[in-house]
Amino acid sequence: MKNLEVNAIENGIVIDHIPANALFKVMRILSLENITNRITFGTNLPSSRMGTKAIIKVSNMSLDKANLDKIAIFAPNAYVSHIQNYKVVAKHKIEVPDNFEGSIMCANPMCVTNKEVVRTKFQIINKVDLAFRSFYCEKITMLDNFEIREG
Amino acid sequence: MSNKHLVSIGDFTKEEILKIMELASFFEQNKSERLLQGKVIASLFFEPSTRTRLSFETAINRLGGRVIGFSDSGNTSVSKGETLHDTIKMVSGYADMIVMRHPVEGAARYASEVSMVPVVNAGDGSNQHPSQTLLDLYSIIKTQGTLQDRHIMMVGDLKYGRTVHSLIHAMSHFGVKFTFVAPEELSLPDEYKMYLKENSVEFTETTDFMEQINECDIIYMTRVQRERFSDLMEYERVKNTYILRSQMLKDTKDNLKILHPLPRVNEIDKDVDDSPKAYYFEQAANGVYARMAIITYLLGVK
Repeated sequence: MKNLEVNAIENGIVIDHIPANALFKVMRILSLENITNRITFGTNLPSSRMGTKAIIKVSNMSLDKANLDKIAIFAPNAYVSHIQNYKVVAKHKIEVPDNFEGSIMCANPMCVTNKEVVRTKFQIINKVDLAFRSFYCEKITMLDNFEIREG
Repeated sequence: MSNKHLVSIGDFTKEEILKIMELASFFEQNKSERLLQGKVIASLFFEPSTRTRLSFETAINRLGGRVIGFSDSGNTSVSKGETLHDTIKMVSGYADMIVMRHPVEGAARYASEVSMVPVVNAGDGSNQHPSQTLLDLYSIIKTQGTLQDRHIMMVGDLKYGRTVHSLIHAMSHFGVKFTFVAPEELSLPDEYKMYLKENSVEFTETTDFMEQINECDIIYMTRVQRERFSDLMEYERVKNTYILRSQMLKDTKDNLKILHPLPRVNEIDKDVDDSPKAYYFEQAANGVYARMAIITYLLGVK
């Protein structure tokens, strides 16, 4: 087994198989910019499956369903491992959910979620190409147009 | 909240659509039934509309209800910066039902989450206008005797026309066949074609108005709007391509009826108005019965 290019952690989570260009988006949607936990990450790492990939390790953190769903938006093929005492105690393949709330904006500027203080709600109508239909304006937002919504 | 709303045509099942057809027919026979005696209905038009507002308010009056509301948000607290949330919350404390039109897409869905009483969407931007769809369906069933197995030709702006999209959705319950006639720039978006394929609905697309005109039962005309074109040369080129004239109707089926959500500009020539196949003015009149049906159904009084 080859050496890890990103150091192992004692307790926490490892998000692996993130597309190399999605690293910072995943960091942002999980609000990792604002926490004080130790974080190590790498990108443009070689991957036999993906060509290149990114990886994020966060100490002393766990992820609930809502946060796993957030990862799915930018890294639908990622794996999340929970680590305790340097051992993987649980490993989840990310699954794209049927519905998604908050975190990203509706691409339609006339949508009520962009005009009033209303949290976005989407039905995911294509889980492969990632197409989201707004529950409100019923317009479709595609992966290329995903913008992270603060707060 | 257990209130029943009508925000999108998809909120109604096939059975509910048929129920509305039945009620609309009843109200056409019984134009003044005082089923809303003692009820107050809010008619909130955040943007102006003539036909839809008058038709809803006529429906309420014919049912013996009272109307409160506004036809323009200009002189209301909305212009002072009140949020949609607060306006709806307040009005839903006054009235038994809210009928609303709003320029923002999804406004009615959001209102239905906030409101304590049923909400009827009378148009939310370019999104949904379900009462129009139900009156279109009522016009089809009235002139054809059935909604089943009709061949419908839709002409004009199929890209942005919300009435077109909702009618496609609703008619998919009834073994329909579609012909879509539009310039390439205004052709039906892929998501609707995908929807039709998933639901095994037969359709063809063409730029030739005459290709299937003699086979269809309904021609649904829409307005090609200048502001939809990025290239004005292209607009000038196509604007006169999709005009229906009376001589085009000479070999069409006897049961053919021509529908149009109105207002029309020039896409139906005036000489068609005298044809027994022209139905767009009767279609507008059907709006009152369809809306009487929607209101009484949602309030559970009929």
